[in-house]
Amino acid sequence: MAVNDTLEGTHRIIEEAKEQQSGQLVPTLNDFSQELTTLNLGPTHPATHGIFQNILQMDGERIVSGVPTIGYIHRAFEKIAERRPFYQITPLTDRMNYCSSPINNMGWHMTVEKLLGITVPKRAQYMRVIMMELARIADHLICNSILGVDTGAFTGFLYVFQEREKIYEIYEEVCGSRLTTNMGRVGGMERDFSPVALEKLRKWLKEFPPVMKEFEAMFNRNRIFMDRVVNVGPISAEKALNYGFTGPNLRAAGVDYDVRVMNPYSSYEDFEFDIPVGTNGDTYDRFLVRNEEIWQSLRIINQALDKLPDGPFHADAPHYYLPPKQAVYKNMEALIYHFKIIMGEIDAPVGEVYHSVEGGNGELGFYLISDGGRTPYRLHFRRPCFIYYQAYSEMVVGTSLSDAIVILSSMNVIAGELDA
Amino acid sequence: MADPTKEESTAAQETAAALDPTAQQNAQVLALLHSLFGEATFTDVQEPYGLLTVTTKREHIHGIVAGLQQDETLKFRFLTTMCGIHYPENLNQELGMIYHLHSLVHNIRLRIKIFFPLADPVVPTLTDLYATANWMEREAYDFFGIIFTGHPNLRRILNVEDMDYHPMRRQYPLEDGTREDKTDLFFGR
Repeated sequence: MAVNDTLEGTHRIIEEAKEQQSGQLVPTLNDFSQELTTLNLGPTHPATHGIFQNILQMDGERIVSGVPTIGYIHRAFEKIAERRPFYQITPLTDRMNYCSSPINNMGWHMTVEKLLGITVPKRAQYMRVIMMELARIADHLICNSILGVDTGAFTGFLYVFQEREKIYEIYEEVCGSRLTTNMGRVGGMERDFSPVALEKLRKWLKEFPPVMKEFEAMFNRNRIFMDRVVNVGPISAEKALNYGFTGPNLRAAGVDYDVRVMNPYSSYEDFEFDIPVGTNGDTYDRFLVRNEEIWQSLRIINQALDKLPDGPFHADAPHYYLPPKQAVYKNMEALIYHFKIIMGEIDAPVGEVYHSVEGGNGELGFYLISDGGRTPYRLHFRRPCFIYYQAYSEMVVGTSLSDAIVILSSMNVIAGELDA
Repeated sequence: MADPTKEESTAAQETAAALDPTAQQNAQVLALLHSLFGEATFTDVQEPYGLLTVTTKREHIHGIVAGLQQDETLKFRFLTTMCGIHYPENLNQELGMIYHLHSLVHNIRLRIKIFFPLADPVVPTLTDLYATANWMEREAYDFFGIIFTGHPNLRRILNVEDMDYHPMRRQYPLEDGTREDKTDLFFGR
């Protein structure tokens, strides 16, 4: 509606210009000084890295207004979740922020554990922390290296994508899949870290820092890169809070809100790490904050790996945690529990629980209302992308098209999380 | 978990408040809410999993959120999320909106619920207080058909514009209604 309004407004301006000029001597209509160009940025545009549309009104190279349209890959996760037992919802969470799906998985497991009152053993918590921080690194690597690509620097992207590939190999060793991980279970992890996984992790922890240093050396003080990103798309802390920003985008604006510190979950209180903050919330600050968070994540992983306690990798909760497959064939209780869990017949209490984790893009919240049935009565996802992307149309006004691309890229809008 | 009835839950709060820092905080928030907006404004005060939950009427919601935003003692200045909900069994209270507020300074969360009839799904908008409410309210309109008066651009956001129903309402089953193999009847419920 608003688009049509604007378009009609444009036509009106042209008509008025025609009327004004009709009395003049110039017979042709060459004065387009007031005309705006409508430009469709997306839905499939190489620089949006996902499917969403922005209808921009351009005055030459300047953006006058932007109207975002989203929902191109809406898959009705909240509706689907109302018909699925808890463990079947984990694959849905994979497909929200698919750049860091382990964080989504763990966030969902912790929500259910909070509802069911399960305490997860320390080893499982530390294993989760390791996987979540690996996911955060992968997420930030994609965001920052793609920002490089959008400013014309392809090399850094190729350097760090090699490392992301190694992270995916670690995922594969831990849970068997790479992108949509479905990692962990309600009550812990589905299996212990194998020796190969630990070996791969240790090897990667040695090999990655030099690559990251190289990446930073390539970008952080690069004159060409800085010309493209410094003071591009700044947002003040008040405005960012009003728009519901969380995560690196909020911290770049100077607010040190991090769920890992504010409401520690999964033993984050055991680790020593810093929260990097920016000053004026521009694209450069967002880039630097993400880079620094990668270093902090590495610190956390190193600490967790050093202190990784012995013990079980899942809670002793037979009603909710699937027994090992071998036991199902030999042991009657295991068979019963297996059947009950697979059929979704677990005793969930009536209640409502909100749990949030620090996702790659900010506070990823799960609001679960249970009526005691085998599926949630209502499940609402607080998706950080969806919430902060609405500031985009305000942030791009007055910038050029190439800056708009860079701002979009630095905000790390993931279409899966945007549309759910 | 808090008790369902109000009397019991207040008693439970008093005993728990002495022990638990979260309960103390919640008691503080509740006292603030009562002093700012009056005790009669809030019904059904609960603390499920440590998160203070109050129910109020839709006439008060805008004033409460605005008052909390301006309040200097607890500084509830972050709207975490909001979502709609549909309880078909609650006569004349079928639809609801659930707001999550967060005080980032004191790290306290607050959940406010309002319920209203399906026939009259009109709620005042919060877009004048929080820019972030814009898309959240459009989402609630899209899914539940809740109409926010004063919203600058109340259109569908995730579904196609020519959709003529609101899919998250409970009368729309997810799967083929004739399927019987997935009813809870077969799972002992």
